[in-house]
Amino acid sequence: MRDVAIIGIGMNKWGELWNDSLRDMYVDAAVDAIKDSGVDHIDGMYVGSMTPGLFVGQEHLGSLLADYLGIRNLPCTRVESACASGGLAIKSAYLEIASGHSDIVIAGGVEKMTDCSGDQATYALATAADQEYEVFHGATFPGLYAMMARRHMHDYGTTREQLAHVAVKNHKNGAKNPKAQYPFEVTMEGVMTSVMVADPLRILDCSPITDGAACAVLADMETAKKFCKKPLVKITGFGHATDRIAMHTRDSITRLDATAVAGERAFKMAGRKPEDIQLAEVHDCFTIAEIMVIEDLGFFEKGKGGTAAESGETHIGGRIPINTSGGLKSKGHPVGATGVAQAYEMVTQLRGDAGDRQVQGAKVGLTHNMGGSGGSTVVHIMEVV
Amino acid sequence: MFPSRIWRDSPQRYRLEAVKCSKEGHVYFPPRRVAPGTLDGSTLEPYKLPDNGTIYTYTIIEVPPSQFKDEAPYVVGIIELSDGTKIMCQITDCEPDKLEVGQAVKLEFRRIQTHGEHGVLSYGYKAVPAIPGITTV
Amino acid sequence: MVGIVGYGAKIPRHRIAVEEIAKTWGADAPSYKKGLQLTEKSVPAPDVDTITLSVEASKYAIKRANIDPVDVGCVYVGSESHPYAVKPTGTTLAEAVGAVNDCHCADYEFACKAGSEAMFVTAGLAKSGFVKYGLAVGGDTSQGAPGDALEYSAAAGAAAFIMGTNGLVAELLDEHSFMSDTPDFWRREHEHYPQHGGRFTGDPAYFRTIMGASQALLKKSGTKPEDFAYAVFHQPNGKFPMRVGKMLGFKREQIETGWLVPVLGNTYSGASPLGLTAILDVAKPGDLIFMCSYGSGAGSDAFIWKATDRLAEVQDLCPKTRPQLDEHKVYVDYGTYAKYRRKILKNK
Repeated sequence: MRDVAIIGIGMNKWGELWNDSLRDMYVDAAVDAIKDSGVDHIDGMYVGSMTPGLFVGQEHLGSLLADYLGIRNLPCTRVESACASGGLAIKSAYLEIASGHSDIVIAGGVEKMTDCSGDQATYALATAADQEYEVFHGATFPGLYAMMARRHMHDYGTTREQLAHVAVKNHKNGAKNPKAQYPFEVTMEGVMTSVMVADPLRILDCSPITDGAACAVLADMETAKKFCKKPLVKITGFGHATDRIAMHTRDSITRLDATAVAGERAFKMAGRKPEDIQLAEVHDCFTIAEIMVIEDLGFFEKGKGGTAAESGETHIGGRIPINTSGGLKSKGHPVGATGVAQAYEMVTQLRGDAGDRQVQGAKVGLTHNMGGSGGSTVVHIMEVV
Repeated sequence: MFPSRIWRDSPQRYRLEAVKCSKEGHVYFPPRRVAPGTLDGSTLEPYKLPDNGTIYTYTIIEVPPSQFKDEAPYVVGIIELSDGTKIMCQITDCEPDKLEVGQAVKLEFRRIQTHGEHGVLSYGYKAVPAIPGITTV
Repeated sequence: MVGIVGYGAKIPRHRIAVEEIAKTWGADAPSYKKGLQLTEKSVPAPDVDTITLSVEASKYAIKRANIDPVDVGCVYVGSESHPYAVKPTGTTLAEAVGAVNDCHCADYEFACKAGSEAMFVTAGLAKSGFVKYGLAVGGDTSQGAPGDALEYSAAAGAAAFIMGTNGLVAELLDEHSFMSDTPDFWRREHEHYPQHGGRFTGDPAYFRTIMGASQALLKKSGTKPEDFAYAVFHQPNGKFPMRVGKMLGFKREQIETGWLVPVLGNTYSGASPLGLTAILDVAKPGDLIFMCSYGSGAGSDAFIWKATDRLAEVQDLCPKTRPQLDEHKVYVDYGTYAKYRRKILKNK
């Protein structure tokens, strides 16, 4: 298997984008990524999108987006793993290059979530859970994570304030991100008094509904050196795992099994340990998710994740900055695009281009992209060479 | 929701019919075709879940999906039944602010969804606080 | 010998007080309370309907009967608030309790006597040997028109009985039914709420019919009111059953145990059946119980039950009627009540 690097990145500014359709956003991000990479041809493309069919009635994105990107006859595959679709697109592009079949492959992600009512969007998102044994009973996504939060509080003493610290940190970072949907800070009090969505999670504990796209151009190392003039970011490992989809069938709802296993697989492939990771973009679909993920990836002891943002350890300048981009919370969460946007931030950081979000001396980073309530997870480890 | 989807899970929703692996003793709810790790369904035998347990976790849904709009706020929880199996369902006939993890509950037959003015009614299980003499003996 | 092998009652948790309804309509609560001898009624929450109440009551009946539900040969639910206009209540009930699939199933209607009808038919089928056990349920979540007198009393509850020929907890000694075409209370198709004949619902309807069935039964069975430990009559309000009981020669003390309406309201097809379950909860072996239902339109089914030794063995096996009625109640205001009972017009 050949070595693979990310040589180009592109992303539109995320938000509620009335003027941009799904195909518009994707083309913008893809063109930016291709230009950033310097390549003159593309061999293949993978697009992550959770459910364009339910959001805008459009399937067959492989054909649509290759067409609108204007690369004739490009082999293009739409991949889906709920909110981990973007990470899955990167893994898929990686394998097509590593196998030797292709040299230059785009991994993109896109979701258009505002061309439907809030109810329809909520319905579409809920298809990531068990329809007959969770959603049927009235569970919503905030509800599923709220149940995890309550149990985490019961088992480990995690507090309501500790959840709020995650939101405050991520907004502080996102305020410095020109691509973020909500580039402004929030206060502890603001989070703790925001409207209740599913007790104990409030609206400011939850990632938003967002339109957006992000793309990355991947290439084998030889091709990369030929085209790319910027520091090369190598994907040194990835891990992909699934877990039981329905929360009640898991042995524990405070341990994200797919995250732990995907993390182990990525560390093994990269020859790395959690201590080697200097910064990470993790899937903070809800504040409690970030807390559990950083425990299950091995960055913090189980049950101590709540202290991380509270103590400053995961802030920029702390021991292991988490979500310097602002995370899903502040940057936004156009479902299928998130995993690729995490790569966008990581490459930006590892190239030293992150401006006032920059983590000094960043060389080894990790991205963590999770689907549903943890039913699937894709982790990548990236290192600047 | 189409009637066949409502109908197919009624043994589970009405009678809590699960399967139990005769080899390892693990109970699966919802039931499965094959026992995990085996590709073999022959060890899976019919098993009925008990109708009482404790609250493992819960949340109060304040922002409901459209089909539950008129019921918010309502409580959804994971119940750990007396045999160790866990299920997810609403917790009803309760004061949401007074619920506690570990509280004893009983499962009752309730209407779950009406599917609008024209749809087939969906019934199933919800948990209620276990009150001796009223909901339990 | 035929009779009740197991019984169960299910009453919802929520209540609304007469004062709360009267306040909304600017009516005089004390005169309603006095006139109806009723202070509050049960309210079904949105997830409760005739099917759900029937299932829970039936589970208790099956538990007390100590039978395998697969041996239930017929399942009948009598109600005037079946959840569907077309699709049986009984089939969902039968599936839910496991009385499937080789079972005769039907829904019954006759205003408030639909429950006692189901009891009459199942007893007959068990006696004749057509079925080993039959499940008969009387339950309702009936509605009264907003602001109408019936709104103060229309309530929710269900009583279930397993009938059979062995393991009896109460033997059916005798039965008599009486009917006439008397239009005292009716609801036309597509109408939301019923109409009624005001004072016409009294003497020519309720009283004539219950007297007709009860007097005939007392005569044909050779019994007198003083022979009975308990008597229960259809209870649309607190006054009527006490009055008809007195007219027949029963004393207040005999009627009180089954007299649930003052704090339950009128559970329609569940009214006298729930009075019967409340009596069975406390009756002693050998006690004679007189029961007469009433359904507008009109008809009455009268029964004489005799408690057996086995009754004492099963009373405590499941939640009883009176605690469900008196304890852990949750009061709602009129707005919540109107929302629960879907009385509020919303955009479709």
